[in-house]
Amino acid sequence: MLIGKPPDIPSSEITPKSAYDTFLNRRRFLRGVAAMGAVALGAERVESLFDPNARVLADATKLQTVPSPLTTTGEQLTSFEDITHYNNYYEFGVNKGDPAKNASVLPARPWSVKIEGKVATPLTFDIDTLLKLRPLEDRVYRHRCVEAWSMVIPWVGYSLSELIKQCQPLSSAKFVQFLSYYNRGVEGAWAYQTDIMWPYSEGLRMDEAMNPLALLTFGLYGQTLPNQDGAPVRVVLPWKYGFKSAKSIVKIRFVEKMPHTTWNDEAPNEYGFYSNVNPNVDHPRWSQKTERRIGVPFYKQIRTTLMFNGYGDQVADLYKGMDLRKYF
Amino acid sequence: MHRRTLITLKILTWLACLAPLVWLLWGAFTDDLGPDPTHTITFATGRTTLRLIMLTLAITPLRRLWRKLGWLIKFRRLLGLFAFFYASLHMLTWVALYNGFSPSAMAADIVKRRFVTAGMATYLLLLPLALTSTNWAIRKMGGKRWNRLHKLIYVAGVCAIIHYWWGVKPGVLTPIGMTAVLAALFLARPVLAWKQKRKARAVTV
Repeated sequence: MLIGKPPDIPSSEITPKSAYDTFLNRRRFLRGVAAMGAVALGAERVESLFDPNARVLADATKLQTVPSPLTTTGEQLTSFEDITHYNNYYEFGVNKGDPAKNASVLPARPWSVKIEGKVATPLTFDIDTLLKLRPLEDRVYRHRCVEAWSMVIPWVGYSLSELIKQCQPLSSAKFVQFLSYYNRGVEGAWAYQTDIMWPYSEGLRMDEAMNPLALLTFGLYGQTLPNQDGAPVRVVLPWKYGFKSAKSIVKIRFVEKMPHTTWNDEAPNEYGFYSNVNPNVDHPRWSQKTERRIGVPFYKQIRTTLMFNGYGDQVADLYKGMDLRKYF
Repeated sequence: MHRRTLITLKILTWLACLAPLVWLLWGAFTDDLGPDPTHTITFATGRTTLRLIMLTLAITPLRRLWRKLGWLIKFRRLLGLFAFFYASLHMLTWVALYNGFSPSAMAADIVKRRFVTAGMATYLLLLPLALTSTNWAIRKMGGKRWNRLHKLIYVAGVCAIIHYWWGVKPGVLTPIGMTAVLAALFLARPVLAWKQKRKARAVTV
């Protein structure tokens, strides 16, 4: 393990908004260049007042991070623009662009995460406590959606196991359940474009949750998570299909029996509890052998999907002796 | 209707029908088809096909409803052929971008996945309609037989909607709008026929 320097700049220190907008958003950056120099910078500040997307992104805070040996190398990162404007977050609408437009209403601060179930004592963590629990690491992961598209995302966080240790789960705790934020008054009509029973529920077997790759995630591209990507805290499980990585977590429950999970409730024949990335088990409606990389021209998109999304060395042992066709 | 008005309207219809294609080509050329271009192309061509099928099916009820709109019949073949054109592009997306022209991959896809099966059925139903769209074919077949064959458009419409529902995730309700439109167009036929019959009876009495 790499020993990193603990963060010495408080994460609440805000990056100047104009610098952030200019630096990280390609389209706005290009627009700025076109309008030329200092004048453009002034104009942009005005523009961001009227652009709801800009307001969401401007809420981001720079995070102090350390490198991680668990980072994925040799992949071209997906752009910040695409990671934040191509989202599945059905509480905020079913189209990929909807969350970027609608998630600004998510009250990401103040925030706390309740720990319940088979634990020594139920706890509540404030988001600021969670942010300081361990040094935040930069971890690039491939992200494979069950819909057969993929990205490469530079997440910021630390291993979920670090939090679980703090929770002191009892030996009877065999599974972990994650519940996402849901408030009928906030998401309202967007959440009714499907017949899903909210809140969103996801889960892992205890040993899966303790695997160091399982990331408790607070940011991406060195900044706090934009709301549409699951602010302020989510999990990221790079060897599983994206929907397993629950967003905007408000409750973590340690349980004895396998918890119910949202997409499994919707279509048990399509989305299993495990949902490990597996090119050999097709989704009933499409092949999982290949995937479309996001943000590249259409004739370059297709690539081969790897077993466990290429993370077999770290996670294959978890499933030794299991029939992964049956437990898909 | 004046000949000149008709020509102008036909040109406008052509332009409107070509607009989605021009939009896609422009997007491909400027690399601006969104984060997942393959998906954008698939949905744009698929939705345009559905819309054009709906428009084709709207012609008859509109003509029945307002006698003055009788001239709309002159546009039905154009809209129908454009529906087939976009269905072909939609198919080509599947053949080239999803299956890389591999016959075995395509065969497996059709057998295994019911939404692909439904899509393929739609295309195979549209194909004979496109092939018999010429005046020559109508003359050769005779109006009655031609009409009977072209009733297949109803089956194609239903298959296309089923294809849409089976393609989206279970629980996702986005195809509901298109389904409502198709249902309305189907219902309009018996309703209008019944109204006309009642009117005819009123006149004879």
